[in-house]
Amino acid sequence: MISKRSLSRCLVILATAHAAAAAADINVGVTLSATGPAASLGIPEKNTFALLPTEIAGQKVNYLVLDDASDTTTAVKNTRKLIAENRVDVVIGSTTSPNSLAMIDVVAEARTPMIAMAASARIIEPMDDKRYWVFKTPQNDIQMATAIVEHMSRNNVKTVAYIGFADAYGEGWWNEFSKIAELRKIRIVGNERFNRTDTSVTGQVLKILSARPDAVLVGGAGTPAALPQKSLKERGYKGIMYQTHGVANADFLRVCGKDCEGTFLPAGPVLLAAQLPASNPVKKAALEYVDKYEAAHGKGSASTFGAHAWDAGKLLGNAVPEALKKAKPGTPEFRKALRDALEKTSNLTAAHGVFNMSPQDHLGLDQRARVMVKIEGGNWQLVQ
Amino acid sequence: MDLQIALLLGQDGVTNGAVYALLALALVLVFAVTRVIFIPQGEFVAFGALTLASLQADHLPGTLWLLLAMGTLIALIEGSAALREKRFRQLPLILLVNCGAPLLLAGMLLAVSPASLALPLQVVLALLLVVPLGPMLYRLAYQPVAEASVLVLLIVSVAVHVTLIGLGLLFFGAEGSRTPLFTEVSFAVGDALLQGQAVLVLVASVLLIIALYFFFERTIYGKALRATAMNRTGARLMGISGKLAGLLSFTLAAAIGALSGILISPLTTLYYDSGFLIGLKGFVGAIIGGLASYPMAAAGAILVGLLESYSSFYASAFKEVIVFTLIIPVLLWRSLKTQHVEEG
Repeated sequence: MISKRSLSRCLVILATAHAAAAAADINVGVTLSATGPAASLGIPEKNTFALLPTEIAGQKVNYLVLDDASDTTTAVKNTRKLIAENRVDVVIGSTTSPNSLAMIDVVAEARTPMIAMAASARIIEPMDDKRYWVFKTPQNDIQMATAIVEHMSRNNVKTVAYIGFADAYGEGWWNEFSKIAELRKIRIVGNERFNRTDTSVTGQVLKILSARPDAVLVGGAGTPAALPQKSLKERGYKGIMYQTHGVANADFLRVCGKDCEGTFLPAGPVLLAAQLPASNPVKKAALEYVDKYEAAHGKGSASTFGAHAWDAGKLLGNAVPEALKKAKPGTPEFRKALRDALEKTSNLTAAHGVFNMSPQDHLGLDQRARVMVKIEGGNWQLVQ
Repeated sequence: MDLQIALLLGQDGVTNGAVYALLALALVLVFAVTRVIFIPQGEFVAFGALTLASLQADHLPGTLWLLLAMGTLIALIEGSAALREKRFRQLPLILLVNCGAPLLLAGMLLAVSPASLALPLQVVLALLLVVPLGPMLYRLAYQPVAEASVLVLLIVSVAVHVTLIGLGLLFFGAEGSRTPLFTEVSFAVGDALLQGQAVLVLVASVLLIIALYFFFERTIYGKALRATAMNRTGARLMGISGKLAGLLSFTLAAAIGALSGILISPLTTLYYDSGFLIGLKGFVGAIIGGLASYPMAAAGAILVGLLESYSSFYASAFKEVIVFTLIIPVLLWRSLKTQHVEEG
């Protein structure tokens, strides 16, 4: 018979052993939008975290993934919970720009590094005391917008109309795109907005048609971006169509069908991993992700959004060994060391490009992080 | 803006307005009979459209599992009540209606490949899958609290709405679907093309409204519903079951919602959560009718559709703002005009 005292002693030993193990592990807190309006981006990200290595440099890594339902308040709450209760060493998230922007204050206050998976340049610019702790993996909108405008001027587009989401995504694209287009002497003849849930964009489309632009750019993400393009085609528009990298998933092709033939868009190289020339440094890293993801979720399931999560994992895999030399996980010193190591990332090839970070640039991607894509035969084709 | 654009916008507005009008009628009907503000009305639009899309893609639609689960739950509740009260004779009927029928449907879906069926059959299958959810929802969520205040019923509605949205994401995924056109016919009006599908939506809406009119004026069940709407207690004294009235009105609301969804799904991409906003616009129409008058609600909904269409041309960024701001002057006017009666 076990006496009460020996039983309690056993429990104490178990508890301390457990605490010691937990202290030695690296805890990665993740908040992403697996439900709500951004779910089509958040779900592949969530799936990707299950594929990331569970051990870096001999240390066990725990991923604590929380869903913020595309809601800013929940994202902030999740971040506080991860930092205060789970004592995470780094926060990854969130999926959308508004969520990520709101999380900056929290991680800066707790002096914990954060890697965002959202696109807005404002997450890391302008560099200040708070953004000191913040990094991100997706390309800035301006890099993508430049690619579109360059393609337009090469193809003799003189006038262009813009129709985008009536939210931060559409507004952000409008700001970047209108600035660059003006510099390149492309005249903007229309600027319209629509909502993700709209059932009709006839009004906007008629107004665009009456301005007779050479090309139309749709600033939307996911399948909702198909609606203006389908309406334009229905009304007999013959000009060149551009979409943004927000539509780069298989569902968009399914919904848009033959109305999207010949559409151009910029995208991360991972979208066309198999088509990249062998000389492209990103090809191998991108294929690694695509193969891993499709082995788990079926052919054609990999998307560029999940690859942003993968790249966040790559950044960690590169920075953690450096940080481990300086401090033990679970301590403020480790978090600071991890931040410093992230900032020193150089020539890291990942699925979306090559990362070269600096104290001023917490993204570190260059033009190797984007390619122009054409939709042909219901599939993505690389534009040389 | 020239005349042609004005006409095209008007046509677009009336087509959308016709769908909002159907939903507004369903909202008025449910509110009048059961005092429930039926927020999940829009979910039936999305479920109807997405169920049809799943059938056409040869997937088993998730609504089938919901139907089976809710049927089983009702059979358990009703069955145990029948056992307790020793009404053994009713047991087979309870099982047959709540479990047997959904199982039969499931068997049918598994036996034949739905994608190979003709479009009308697919539509009927989608309706058979989605419409029974209406009365089942009433039985499970609303009937136990049928006598509660409007506020409690509203809170239940919000809960049901949030639950259905979550289930919709689970069943259909985050991305939307669009079904092929019912008819490729299009008419040339001047220089512009008028889609056959848009005309179909309009015609179907008008036919449905006429059918509803005859249902309420000429059939005994329709009259029973009207009687319940006018005076619940009085209707019960006349032998009209409040439970039956509730089930019937929810069946109608679900049918109208699912049918609207199926009608508009070839015109636009629908998502698991698109229903809410469509339902909300129907609700604005219903509010204009004071949640009581059917013709006023339908007219209000058409007005919403037109306003939406023209504001999307002039100020697309502010479209929703303009549409939903409409509700303020209407409420102001109604509250000044009518005497407010506090409900006990």
